[in-house]
Amino acid sequence: MVIHNHCRGGDCNHACCLKIEDLTVKFGSEIVLDHVGLHMHCGQIAALIGPNGAGKSTLIRAILGQQPYEGSIAFSADGKSQQLRIGYVPQSPTFDRGDPVSVLDLFRCCVSKKPAFLPAGKAMREKVLASLATVHGEGLIDKRIGALSGGELQRVLLALALEPMPHILILDEPLSGVDVEGMELLMEMLDEIRKKFDLSILMTTHDFSMLERYVDKVVLLQKKVLRTGTPLDVLSSQEFAQAFHMGGGAV
Amino acid sequence: MTVWYWLTEQLPFSFLEMTFMKNALLAVIVMAPLFGILSTMIVTGKMSFFSDALGHSGFTGIAIGVLCGLAKPTYMAVALAVLFALLFSFVRARTNQAADTIIGVFSSTAVALGIFIATLGGGSFTKFNQFLIGDILSVTPGEIGLLAIVLGAVIALWVIASNRLVLTAIHPQLASSRGLKVQSWQTLFTACVAVVVTLAMSWVGLMVINSLLVLPAAASRNVAKNLRQYHLFSVLLALLGSIAGLVTAYYLGSSAGAAISLYLALFFAVTFLLRKRAE
Repeated sequence: MVIHNHCRGGDCNHACCLKIEDLTVKFGSEIVLDHVGLHMHCGQIAALIGPNGAGKSTLIRAILGQQPYEGSIAFSADGKSQQLRIGYVPQSPTFDRGDPVSVLDLFRCCVSKKPAFLPAGKAMREKVLASLATVHGEGLIDKRIGALSGGELQRVLLALALEPMPHILILDEPLSGVDVEGMELLMEMLDEIRKKFDLSILMTTHDFSMLERYVDKVVLLQKKVLRTGTPLDVLSSQEFAQAFHMGGGAV
Repeated sequence: MTVWYWLTEQLPFSFLEMTFMKNALLAVIVMAPLFGILSTMIVTGKMSFFSDALGHSGFTGIAIGVLCGLAKPTYMAVALAVLFALLFSFVRARTNQAADTIIGVFSSTAVALGIFIATLGGGSFTKFNQFLIGDILSVTPGEIGLLAIVLGAVIALWVIASNRLVLTAIHPQLASSRGLKVQSWQTLFTACVAVVVTLAMSWVGLMVINSLLVLPAAASRNVAKNLRQYHLFSVLLALLGSIAGLVTAYYLGSSAGAAISLYLALFFAVTFLLRKRAE
């Protein structure tokens, strides 16, 4: 279990912190991300926004180590650099509806060495129940993953991303395809998790309605970081208007 | 084998009087769990077309083996099927064509090459019939021993790697975000399927062997709610179908492989009708 320490002020040396510096990604000769810099502190929820093709998914793949890049992605806790452990909730994950894999099986496949086709021990079951409790999903343990609703599946994957406890939690478009009630439920849950585990959370989103209430920091990305700041600051900026209104000036 | 023979003599079944039936029964009891286990991953990984193609490549191997005058062309088939599986993985990783297209390319090439070689110089095709239809009664104790070793290897692979293989099959992205590297395990799994398909081909028959790799898990999925039930039902159905098929074939004088497949198809139909209860 990672013990996160609160960040004091803007000082990154005495708290856990994810630092992305000068990150550049090229597809052939095309520059997809150009010297991107991003700092994240524990307990912070940051939203990564930008128009389609702005490089949000590429940045996430780079952080996940699935995309080669130039520059540095470093994580440090208490001034010491550490191996970054990431919890990842993929975008609208699709499972085959017919797969005979229960939520318990999915957890066991991810976190246990003991084969999931053998009976689960009592300790394992307790562990998964405790994990599901963080997302209020204890009742889902024996359901087949194909039979879960979109929201239920997202909660299960969220619980899974927290096992083992990561340094940073990344969610790819968690709000897409979710109704307003579902969005609020998810954001409340993320808020709870961030406070409970003092975790930093990075999410990409196309939905700006939740930002002001729940997000500490918004990063506007379009190849480069155009603007970083509080939701109010970024959403009312010239850069935001230009990025989302085809250069049509201020809102 | 002595113990097995003694054991079967204690059973009050008339079909077990002949030694070849005692051998055949033991062979299907060893083979059924093999197919039951492998079939769970073939179906979850959407590879049923692939395992069919492997059988075809096995046929090519047998044709080459016969051409070279090998006494046991099966081993040539095993080697060629493994090569086929590796070559397929290699090509698939380097093309953007759909997997089923690539499988189709390999499968049709293998069949064409097999028939070409088998009929070279006006050769008779009839000597290959035993591989198309299969004859379980020809199995020898040594071959049963070999099957038992393969079963042991597959169980070992399952204990070590099944969690990773399942996760990769159901959600590759999630698996890779958790740092899973399964390429080598997947290759090993494909090689296992290649070995089992080609070994069993001369007993079960090329035409129906794929049904043993697809039907047990397909039937099991209709009713299973988790991985434990999935494996359990798949192995049990394969066992039940194999024993029932062998006995039926003995009394009716038909091919055992075909009878086994028909039982498995029946199990699929029954579990299909029961599937609502599992929801």
